[in-house]
Amino acid sequence: MRLTRRALAAGVLLAAISLVGCEQQKRAPKTVQILIDQLAFGKSSDDLHVGDTLQWVNHDMFEHTATAKDGQFDLDLPPGASRQVVLRRTGIIQYYCKFHPGMTGQISVTD
Amino acid sequence: MIRLLAAAAASTLLAASALAAPAKPTDPQIAHIAYTAGSLDIEAAKQALSKSHNPDVVAFANEMVRDHTAVNDKALALVKKLNVTPEANPTSAGLTTQADNERATLAKLDGAAFDKAYVANEVAYHKTVNTALRDTLIPDAQNAELKALLGTGLKLFEQHQAHAETLAAKLK
Repeated sequence: MRLTRRALAAGVLLAAISLVGCEQQKRAPKTVQILIDQLAFGKSSDDLHVGDTLQWVNHDMFEHTATAKDGQFDLDLPPGASRQVVLRRTGIIQYYCKFHPGMTGQISVTD
Repeated sequence: MIRLLAAAAASTLLAASALAAPAKPTDPQIAHIAYTAGSLDIEAAKQALSKSHNPDVVAFANEMVRDHTAVNDKALALVKKLNVTPEANPTSAGLTTQADNERATLAKLDGAAFDKAYVANEVAYHKTVNTALRDTLIPDAQNAELKALLGTGLKLFEQHQAHAETLAAKLK
């Protein structure tokens, strides 16, 4: 009986450690790229969390910007350049290119 | 304002007639027309940079210089690669005459009057060039790389038209 209790306790402990480990693995910060090509922002991952890094890569021959409408970021992207930003808060961020206002994008950031 | 609108409408009509070449243009002619259209807008932007003190207009003009230079550099590299010599034609000549006249008109204006007239002309000019690209130049281009570059040019000029329209509304 004592052995069974110990085994149960160890099992619970292991499960807890395992869960924490999974959680940490799930939340490990990652870098997600958004390609700019033919005067359009490519799609980004739907799985963006606070702490992740978002990187825009400009494949166009034109200078662009990635400018958040709420002012969170304003990145200048000369031809061939890449710029990145670390996502600091949750929510939906709409962004656009200041030079070519028809170029728009949106990302959703969760905890 | 009515004068401005009338001028914009007139410039659209004139440019449209200039672009309406009777026969289907060849690739060397298309390359010449596209390059000329870009160069003329660069010249218009340089005039704006020398006359305007409005930060939005200056930013727009800088964008025109930057973007049209990028496309024209690509166009030059492409014709060199294809061993094609751009061929002067009545459409290019008409565009140039029209742009010369417009620059002379704008040279007489200053301040807000210049800004409004320049941006109104940019709206009309890009609208006309976009129509020509969409309906004539891209469909008639034979070389796939030239057609693709013209397609990129159209996407860019559509953005410029939208930007100019937004700016024109702001300047009212």
